[in-house]
Parts: sequence; C-alpha cells; structure tokens
Amino acid sequence: MPERLIGAVRGIGHRVVDAVWRMGYAARFFAATLLHSGASFRRFHLTIKEIYFSGVLSLIIILVSGLFVGMVLGLQGYETLQKYGSESALGTLVALSLVRELGPVLAALLFASRAGSAITAEIGLMKATEQLSAMEMMAVDPVARVVAPRFWGGVISMPLLAAMFSAIGVFGGYLVGVVLIGVDEGQFWSQMQAAVDFRQDVVNGVIKSVVFGIAVTAIALFEGYDAPPTAEGVSHATTRTVVTSSLAVLALDFVLTAFMFRGA
Amino acid sequence: MERTTMDLWVGAFVVAGMAALLVLAFKVGNLGTFNNNETYTLYAEFENIGGLKVRAPVKSAGVVVGRVTDIQFDNQTFRARVTFTVDKRYRFPKDTFAKILTAGLLGEQYIGLDPGGDSEDLANGDKIAKTQPAVVLENLIGQFLYSKAAEGGDTAK
Repeated sequence: MPERLIGAVRGIGHRVVDAVWRMGYAARFFAATLLHSGASFRRFHLTIKEIYFSGVLSLIIILVSGLFVGMVLGLQGYETLQKYGSESALGTLVALSLVRELGPVLAALLFASRAGSAITAEIGLMKATEQLSAMEMMAVDPVARVVAPRFWGGVISMPLLAAMFSAIGVFGGYLVGVVLIGVDEGQFWSQMQAAVDFRQDVVNGVIKSVVFGIAVTAIALFEGYDAPPTAEGVSHATTRTVVTSSLAVLALDFVLTAFMFRGA
Repeated sequence: MERTTMDLWVGAFVVAGMAALLVLAFKVGNLGTFNNNETYTLYAEFENIGGLKVRAPVKSAGVVVGRVTDIQFDNQTFRARVTFTVDKRYRFPKDTFAKILTAGLLGEQYIGLDPGGDSEDLANGDKIAKTQPAVVLENLIGQFLYSKAAEGGDTAK
C-alpha cells in the first residue's frame, strides 16, 4: 500500500515537473525566436515566402468561410430581429459580431488548422530528416533561418486574413440582408456605421488577431521543433498544434474580450 | 515557384488586407462619418442622466455633432457631470440648452442640444448651464398617479 501511494505521488510529481519543464522550454524557444528575428527582416524574402505559404494560400478558405458566416448571420439575425420589427439593426448585428469576435476568432481557428498544422508538419519533418542538424553543422542557425521567418510570416498574415474575413463577412450579410431579403440599404449601412466605433471595435479586433497570430504561430513552431523525430511523433505534434492553438485562441479571446469590452 | 511571382502574390495579399481594413474603418466603422481629431470639450450637469452611457451621441437638430466622453458624479452638487466632445465645425451659442432624450420608445439615450440666441459661442472647457434631466418612467408614473389621485379627491368633494 505505501509503495503504491508513493508511486502515485511520484507520478503526479513527474507530470508536474514535465509540464513546467516543457513550458520553460517553450518560453525559451519563443525568446530565441524573437532574439534571432533579425535575419527575417534583413533577408525579407525569407519572410515573404512564409507569408505566401501561410497567408496567400489560406486566402480561399478564409474568404469562403467569411462569406458564408456573414450570410448565415444575415439570415439568422433577420429571423430574430424581424420579430421585434427592428430588422434595420441587421447591419449592426452582422458588423459588430464579425469585427469584434467572429472575424478574429474564426480566422485564427482556420489559420491554425490550415497554416499552423502545415508549419508543425514541415518543421517536424525537417527535424526528423535531420535537416535542422545539417544546418547547424553548416553554422546556419535553424532558429534564425527556419523558425523566425515562419513566425513573422504568420504574425503578419493573421491580422490581414482576419480583416478580410470580417470585410467579406459584412458583404455576405449585405448580400443576404439587403439584396436577397430586402432590408433597406440606407438603414443597413447607417445603423452599422453609427454602432461600430473605429477605435473601440475595429482596432480592438485587429489587436485580437495580432495576439492570436502570435499564439497560433508560436505554438505551431514549438510543437514542430519539439516533435519526436518519428512519423508518429510528427503526426501527434500536428494534432496537438491544432488542438492546443484552437484552445489557446478561445481562452485568449475570452480574456481579451473581458478587458476590451467590459462596460463599454 | 519563381520569386517574382511570389512577391506579386504577397504584395496583392497585403494590399487586399489593407483594403479590407480600410473598408472596416470607413464603410463599416464610423471613421468616415465622424472626425475624431478636431473637437472641443464641453460639460454639463444634469439632475438625472437616466441610461446615458459613455460614447452616446450628442445631437443637435437630429444631426450627430459629438460624443459623450465621460460621466462622473459630482459630490458637491449631487448632480451628474457629463463631459462630451463636439466637432470643431459646429459652434453653439453660450446659452445653449442641453437635454437628455431617448431615440424612439426603447432606443438609446443621447444628449440633445438646443441652440440659444447668445452672440458669443461656447469655447473649449465651457459649461452648459441650462440642462433638462432624463425622463424617468417611474417618476412619470408617480406624477401621473399623484395628479389622478388629486383629481379623484376633487370630484369626491
């Protein structure tokens, strides 16, 4: 009995130490990424390549999702608002939900599954095939050459993608609300403009998406860099990237919303 | 992929992202309709502000001319001190009248400015002396019942 008890306590201790060690390792990795970012800006074409892979190639899924989310918001919002005779507030509803919440959050979730998983798989495979070690042998710092450009590529792409998501979502809401259902166009836009404040809503949405971009890309990079160099290890790391970064986005969104929109 | 092609795509991507931000700022948001930079600040004291909130519009003749920036309780006068900014383009006489009004039956509350006839204009930091508090439904019903009761007393006499 005592041995089993000691064993159980030891198991808890082992897990806690492991978790703390991993967090410390992730923090050091993140710090090293920032510290070695010089080359991503001095040789900007490295970063441009990563913006292409994580930003431009994510465009289609972001735009299509944004359009459909906006159209569904238009349909559902109209359903409820017309019961109270206030369908003129449809523009406000669509724009505020997109700019404040859905744009940054959904774009970040899509970005995590579309670009984050690709980053993890790529770096994990580079590690498994010892390309990273080969770089170190050639006195090329893999963090500066491989990790940092991907980080900045993701951080630059994310707010742009989120802005496009929100903009096309508003257009989708306009398509359904005004063109299809026939809400008055003037009321749709003017009520929206009266309710959406640039600093309070648009800028806060952009701040959110920058934070999400940092979180998703950093998690994806770390999971790839930390992945065991096996096929199974890379596959697990890719799954973990999507799960962890999605949860991180949702948790961060709650915290940021609590700070930004409390009482406003 | 050819580097120039990639540059082109990334450039187009960045331009599209910026354009989306501009659309959000000007078409969706209020940056196009209201200039935040050139404003002057006024304040007024109200007996009761009802449900007035920070960022509520300030209107004159139905046109939005400014926004409420701050609401404080003044412990000296026991009144609400409402600070708001007004667009520099709009000038109001010194004896302007500030009222708290409601947009529609259930709409948001806003400050309505009725210009007076003074030859001098309000300047930055000035106080609007003449104010009318928000209509509180309970008080209104209370007054109504009171006057009804008084009427009933009269007829019974």
